[in-house]
Amino acid sequence: MESFNLLLDGFADAATPINLLWALLGVTIGTAVGVLPGIGPALTVALLLPLTFRLEPTGALILFAGVYYGGMYGGSTSAILLNTPGESASMVAAMEGNKMARSGRAASALATAAIGSFVAGTMATILLTFVAQPFAEIAVGFTPADYVAMMAIAFVTVASLLGASPLKGFASLVIGLTIGLVGIESQSGQARLTFGLPSLLDGIDVVVVVIALFAIGEVFAHALRGGGGGTVTPLKGRAVLTREDWRRSWPAWLRGTAFGFPIGALPAGGAEIPTFLSYATEKNLSKHKDEFGHGAIEGVAGPEAANNAAAAGVLVPLLTIGLPTSATAAVILTAFQSYGLQPGPQLFSESGPLVYALLASLFIGNLMLLVLNLPLARVWARLLQIPAYAIYAAILVFATLGALASGGGFADLLLLYVIGLLGVLMTMADVPVAPAIVGLILGPLFETQLQRALQISEGDPSVLFDSMLSIVLWSVAGLGLVLPPLVSRLKKRTAGV
Amino acid sequence: MPPPATQDEGRTAPSEKRGRRLAGPLPYVVAAVLAVVLVVVTVVRGGAADVTNEALGDQQLKIMAPADPGGGWDQTSRAMQASLKELAGRTEVYNVGGAGGTIGLSQFAQLDGQSHQLMTTGLIMVGAIAANGSANTLDEVTPLARLTTDSQVIVVPAESDIMTMEDLADRMRDQLSSVSFAGGSAGGAEQILAGLVAKDLELNPGDVNYIAHSGGGEAVATLLSGSAVAGISGISEIKAQIDAGQMRALAVSSAERVGVLPDVPTLRESDIDVELTNWRGVVAPAGITTEQEQALESLVMAMTETDEWQETLAREGWGDVALAGPQFETFLDDEIVRTTQIVDELGLSEEQR
Repeated sequence: MESFNLLLDGFADAATPINLLWALLGVTIGTAVGVLPGIGPALTVALLLPLTFRLEPTGALILFAGVYYGGMYGGSTSAILLNTPGESASMVAAMEGNKMARSGRAASALATAAIGSFVAGTMATILLTFVAQPFAEIAVGFTPADYVAMMAIAFVTVASLLGASPLKGFASLVIGLTIGLVGIESQSGQARLTFGLPSLLDGIDVVVVVIALFAIGEVFAHALRGGGGGTVTPLKGRAVLTREDWRRSWPAWLRGTAFGFPIGALPAGGAEIPTFLSYATEKNLSKHKDEFGHGAIEGVAGPEAANNAAAAGVLVPLLTIGLPTSATAAVILTAFQSYGLQPGPQLFSESGPLVYALLASLFIGNLMLLVLNLPLARVWARLLQIPAYAIYAAILVFATLGALASGGGFADLLLLYVIGLLGVLMTMADVPVAPAIVGLILGPLFETQLQRALQISEGDPSVLFDSMLSIVLWSVAGLGLVLPPLVSRLKKRTAGV
Repeated sequence: MPPPATQDEGRTAPSEKRGRRLAGPLPYVVAAVLAVVLVVVTVVRGGAADVTNEALGDQQLKIMAPADPGGGWDQTSRAMQASLKELAGRTEVYNVGGAGGTIGLSQFAQLDGQSHQLMTTGLIMVGAIAANGSANTLDEVTPLARLTTDSQVIVVPAESDIMTMEDLADRMRDQLSSVSFAGGSAGGAEQILAGLVAKDLELNPGDVNYIAHSGGGEAVATLLSGSAVAGISGISEIKAQIDAGQMRALAVSSAERVGVLPDVPTLRESDIDVELTNWRGVVAPAGITTEQEQALESLVMAMTETDEWQETLAREGWGDVALAGPQFETFLDDEIVRTTQIVDELGLSEEQR
């Protein structure tokens, strides 16, 4: 009850005209940089930071929070319309969302992403306000061994992302795992698969690979097949979201939030794993399994909600323990410190009014983003009526700009087109590209945590099953592996009888 | 001081363009989208300004931060940008992250003779050059000045039975491999410190059980989960946990005690003859003239005396160790010799693989 009153005070602070203006500016900039692949909220906040040293802390932090949340909304727009995910966590939304856009349902896909982001963002912010402290205490208890078990669950769910042919799916996964090996290995400092090129030492940026495989690969595969005339899709239907869309979207939003917030709150959780888990869950639970891979609305609603809830989850360790667990969080931490505020166990008691103003502004920012994005959905969707050749040209420009902006300069541009060529071959051979991204993201995470766990135990593998938590997680992974085929066999049997 | 008008333009422009996009029909929409993209790119990349400065060859000063946004080099570069405003006009900061700064170094080494280009550097780059077997070294740049220093702190979780640095040293002598250290990236300042401590205890630095993390935050998470026995971190990254009583600070790595942790002894006070600080400095490309070098050194040293810079040092808790000219070059040479040797002994260097 006390935190509720404090939150009301926070709303009073955040709702001053000047602070509302900062919030609006933040969400607008955030949406703009989110739309453009390669420029993330981290870079944007880092650039704004020196400009805001003379601002009072509340206004500056509200601005940064707006950029952070806005980036999450914007990322899904380019993913859905142009199949060019602005960041890796929007990849899953691109898979189903772009298929929807291509069948004339771009406005619905954008709307379910925007409303899903709002629902998830709001619920996650409520959780952040009231249960951040107990949540953080559990979250920091996760040992490297527990993370290994959690990654195992993620790997099991990957099966549902593999696509129609398991063989091609696995081939794609191996491509991703291999790309993930490039660069300096974290524990030994040894370089792998860098071929003596300094620009490969730090590995290949996930964003570059995502843009290359999704956007570049698709554009060139399309050009090779010929046929640049016509529009990508006709627009269908009048309503942005039909009653049926609502009915299918809302459970997915809730489930996505349930995955996103807790995993986002884990120090090494991240935003990608919950989107994978959400997609797999929606696919398993859906009555419209056949639509998955061809534009199922649940496949956009769930992962987008998960993505946004994870973004709020990341603020749990940041505010309660002072642990930055993503690049943007690290920059926001710098912002806190530049105002002489130290996020950590004492932040809520020492700088309470400021924290609650920040939390209140997250609610306000979310609402602003919904108001900003929902009417835009139809406007954005009409963009697809431009002739296809123009769209594909725009995708190329966009993708190239994105790779340049992600910071590697010429080297990243070269990589973009080399991997893009790989993407063309994959698209032409009907090999799905999503598993490659999954391998690229999960592979290095899994390897690092496994190495850490084994190094701490001095090489004793029993450490992996040492805690109650890891045993539970391994069991879930095991069930995830065994249950789906078992259930479908049972269903077949009952159907046969 | 009000912020310059150019920055305000940069910040409000995107929202104006967005407003137009809502109103217009399709061609306008497309035009507006492209405009937003251009504005964003311009804002992000920083516009050109007509700065005239003799020493810089009439060019705008550019500072490369050889790391991603948010880290120490990025913060140092941006602090320099702010403090140089009155001395050298607008300065552009850009990031070339990765591999302990050696990726940035490999690009910077190509800028031969361009006196308007600067790069931040420091102990971590010295260590990374040795560990990565980098093709480029600091021989290919012109050292200008050392700027700041960050002390490191050795901690254990609060519930640990290790109470002092002497206890930890005993545990290390007992069985080195059972004392796992959580810290930053492989070959970074934290692992170098762990190696130096082991060496001082007459143990083999290569046997230190060091668990590398890609950032200070991750290492703190591993420590809080109770998995590692001890941790090494920059003070600013773990001060909150120390203050909250979740971590116990055993020793700091600097020559003298640190102002923010007055009760924590130095390693020397704990009978370990090691001193290591995570220093940062600034370099110019090779091939610049002696006059240009001297002009840049005076510019940087003048910068360290500005109020803006001193405020930054106080805010970040960095030590003021400004040092230029031959003294800095001697210091740098000593650091390279010591660091290369310990990186070798840690089993991290290229030749040993």
